[in-house]
Amino acid sequence: MRMAYHSHMTDSLSDMIACPKCDALHRVPLLDKGAEAKCVRCGTVLMAPRDGAMTRIVMLSLTALILMIAAVFFPFLKLSIQGLGRESSVFDAILAFSDGLMLPLSFAVAALIVVLPMMRFIALIYVFAPMALGWAPARHAKAVYKLAETVRPWAMAEIFIIGVAVALVKVAGLAQVTLGPAFWAFVGLVIVTVLKDNFMCRVTVWQTLNTRSPS
Amino acid sequence: MANAEHAQPVLTARAAGLVGCGECGHVYPMGTEACSVCGTELISRDMASLQRVWAWLFAGLVVYVPANVYPMLRTSTLGRTQESTIVGGVFDLIHHGSIGVALIVFVASVVIPVSKFIAIAYLAMRVHKRKPGTSSHFHLYEFVEFIGRWSMIDVFVVAILSALVQLNFVATINPGIAAVSFALSVAFTMISANSFDPKLIWDAPEGKPV
Repeated sequence: MRMAYHSHMTDSLSDMIACPKCDALHRVPLLDKGAEAKCVRCGTVLMAPRDGAMTRIVMLSLTALILMIAAVFFPFLKLSIQGLGRESSVFDAILAFSDGLMLPLSFAVAALIVVLPMMRFIALIYVFAPMALGWAPARHAKAVYKLAETVRPWAMAEIFIIGVAVALVKVAGLAQVTLGPAFWAFVGLVIVTVLKDNFMCRVTVWQTLNTRSPS
Repeated sequence: MANAEHAQPVLTARAAGLVGCGECGHVYPMGTEACSVCGTELISRDMASLQRVWAWLFAGLVVYVPANVYPMLRTSTLGRTQESTIVGGVFDLIHHGSIGVALIVFVASVVIPVSKFIAIAYLAMRVHKRKPGTSSHFHLYEFVEFIGRWSMIDVFVVAILSALVQLNFVATINPGIAAVSFALSVAFTMISANSFDPKLIWDAPEGKPV
């Protein structure tokens, strides 16, 4: 469903929406659940109300959070070579850069693959759980949601998994590698994260937050 | 769900004397300072964003040089130590016959960063010259913003290898200093792309910066 705003400004400003990416002005469409409204000029999804979206976001975030805790502490990969074996967890991968000059990189890796994704999950649960239950949004819900959106490009769990795949190929000739439970937890985490992000439409979320907030 | 490509005269918020929020899309009269819905500062066209774009892009370019010159990995097997750079690592993989993985690493660490530098510079130059963009320019921007973070793969590969391969004399892998500068380069160019105000891409030549 696409609609452009052509006529003169007779509507009030709250009936209009400007595409955040290209500034094209649109009339706020009345959409059925499951329908999508895209910007006429750049195709950015403007609104996508979905049935039970908030409940699903909360459930998926909660699942991701539990999987993340498992992924960090269970053994991730096990390497064996000539009778010698070494198990490493995600935590060891974080500590890989911990000697001397590269310590800051250790913090950065920890942030990108564990801290920021977890922060996002917690933030999303905080914002959506009360609304999924039909309550008014929690205090500072808007600020927390904004933070979750800012963090989004920096949460790199899915990139880490591809990195693991590449690393496995690199050591495959050198030694035998066994995948631990944490590896599968991480794979699950990535799938859940992608599913969850597909349920969220930023403009729709802001409109919901706005209409449900006591002003 | 029609095709987006047909040229249709589009009324922008700015042309209507309004300012749209870049975060949530709510519309206000021109001159309103902050969005009452999400609290974001309202700027119709953020020309100052270009300075941030260039500054971060330049910083990313500067640290990309040592990332390629210095070793990314130090591998010791049975007392022999070998250092490999980003490109050297790609050749090692080809040598081992893992063409597919070599391609992933090469694309993530060389093709994506280099084309990102070029694409962001190109888009920013167009804005400086006030050339109106089309949807293909916008899609280029979207693609750059989407793909940039994937360059981090190589940093994670180094982290995992260094954590995993610590078998004393038999085999040890340690990170090289290039891992730090490469990670910084990826982060800086991500900030550069994030700073870019995509609304600038579309503006017509007569459009004056507001």
